[in-house]
Amino acid sequence: MSYVDYIVRRGFQSIPVVFGLSVLIFVISRVIPGDPVRLALGPQASQQQVEKLRAEMGLDQPLPLQYVDWLAGVLQGDWGMSLRTNNNVLSDIVARLPATFELVVVTLFFAVLLAIPFGVVAGTNKDRWQDHLSRITALFGVSMPRFWVAIVLQIIFVVSLGLLPLSGRLSDGVVPPPAVTHLFLVDSLIAGQFGTFVDAAKHLVLPAFALGLATLAQVMRLIRSDMIDEQRKDYVLAARAYGLPNNLIEYKYMLRNAFTSSLTVIGLAFGFLLGNAFLVEIVFAWPGMARYGVQAILYQDFNSIVGITIVVGVGFVSANFVVDLLYGYIDPRVRLEEN
Amino acid sequence: MATENTERIFDSNDTARQERIKQLKRGVQSFTQNKLSVIGLLMILTLVFAAIFAPYIAPYPEDAGPGVNYDQASQPPSLEHPMGTDTTGRDIFSRVLFGARLSLLMGIVVLSIAISIGVTLGLVAGYLGGKTNTVIMRTTDVFLAIPPTLLAMTVVAATGASLINVMIAIAFSWWSWYTRLVQGEVLSIKEDEFIESSRALGSGWFRTTFKEILPNVLSPITVKATLDMGFVILVGAGLSFLGLGAQPPTPTWGAMIAQGRNYVTSFWWIAVFPGLAISFAVLGFNFIGDGLRDVLDVEVN
Repeated sequence: MSYVDYIVRRGFQSIPVVFGLSVLIFVISRVIPGDPVRLALGPQASQQQVEKLRAEMGLDQPLPLQYVDWLAGVLQGDWGMSLRTNNNVLSDIVARLPATFELVVVTLFFAVLLAIPFGVVAGTNKDRWQDHLSRITALFGVSMPRFWVAIVLQIIFVVSLGLLPLSGRLSDGVVPPPAVTHLFLVDSLIAGQFGTFVDAAKHLVLPAFALGLATLAQVMRLIRSDMIDEQRKDYVLAARAYGLPNNLIEYKYMLRNAFTSSLTVIGLAFGFLLGNAFLVEIVFAWPGMARYGVQAILYQDFNSIVGITIVVGVGFVSANFVVDLLYGYIDPRVRLEEN
Repeated sequence: MATENTERIFDSNDTARQERIKQLKRGVQSFTQNKLSVIGLLMILTLVFAAIFAPYIAPYPEDAGPGVNYDQASQPPSLEHPMGTDTTGRDIFSRVLFGARLSLLMGIVVLSIAISIGVTLGLVAGYLGGKTNTVIMRTTDVFLAIPPTLLAMTVVAATGASLINVMIAIAFSWWSWYTRLVQGEVLSIKEDEFIESSRALGSGWFRTTFKEILPNVLSPITVKATLDMGFVILVGAGLSFLGLGAQPPTPTWGAMIAQGRNYVTSFWWIAVFPGLAISFAVLGFNFIGDGLRDVLDVEVN
């Protein structure tokens, strides 16, 4: 199967998931919360008013028809109004997405960057102290609640040591760089404002650490076990017999294979970071989508909640799709197996 | 003749039992050789003990409720208050002990629901195959496509914040992992001879799946459930941190951290100790799960 065939085939496989996701979100948003008309009009509304609004909102139609209407609206960008901000939900989310995206991407990048050397060292020193240390660190890393780690980091690095800013994306008085990508790190570099870049970077350190600790731990453990699997293979033995330097064998040949199988988890991690950013953003008053979503939940602002769920769900499915594409590109056997 | 036969059956039963006991002994041995899993077991036993006897251990059991004691407000940790007091003067140590009850309850209820649904669907999908399999597994894919925290948050938002709603919401977003796990396991053993012989003896699909297949997929389920106890406690703590769980004055660990979060600059202990309790519980389950994974020799992700 050619690579293009593989992409198309894999793309078609995502369709039922996205379709199912839209049904699930529709059911949660329209069926569970009870009667939206009663909610909107309050308990004193007359039966006539209720029926009139119900017809206006299309709620007198059978559910499948309502679903089609709803989906058509979502596809055309009509995500409804937010009860809290009185804006179109889609534009609210689009305005907040870059902050969350920047946080998640920076977190994932550094988590993977640090996980690689730690995982390689643990894997090539199986059952020695490096391995035990990495195991215990990883178990601690996945066991501590991220929002609590965030608070502890604030207590240590902000309150006690005064090294880093408490919250937000930029310090008071620092003007956001001219918007190109809406990612402050990138935009400040484009504009040549290095002061702003440093300020934005400082604000990212603690949220990224709190958010990424568990991901770092997971990826590290995965690279470790994949490195151990690689070590048993013939090509490694051959390379050693040829007298190639250890570092070259480990970081060039073994790591490439080990990393390929870790890709799936990294893709999954992207979705999970997106989902877990909620709690960390709250602690750091990060002006992102997740914080918007949490506020929407506290205010029972249903259109916004549905919007956030759509964005994160589609982000999750897309991340898996991209991972599979990379996977099929790096390791052509994956494409053949599909037959 | 008859006695001879019976004896033989007894014999084979005895050897089978001996074999099982031997296996169990070997399992216990390799579990206890793993230091981390023994530590984990001790941690969880401590936690269970604390949860059961909270009213007797807690120095100020009345502080689990809404009690107000302003002359004791915001005291740092001391001999009298090992974890300090919160802003209304309640003893944090006492509240953390009572919080253990809620966290364990949360884990047990959520996983009981999620496992009953998930495992049943996984068995049915894997064994029956065909269209049933397709429908169940596509639905599972959809649920796997949303992070559990977010799905649970959405459901709680729709149903209203309370302890029972949070538990249902988390279970609702959790069963799919078990379906996928079990379905994969069933596919891998479905063609084995013992399944075929059970079918040849005339067992229907119900008997074959629950009597023959289920016992053989228990190992990965056990390992995953142990690890998940910790993760469910984490997700539950996150939701109650957001104010979506049991409502005040119920002493959930997450809600206590939320309260302390507003005072990080002055009273660090209010947020720190409940978080340590969460980490302790989750770590304990992870240690055990890690050990069990080695003993039972299974991979779960």
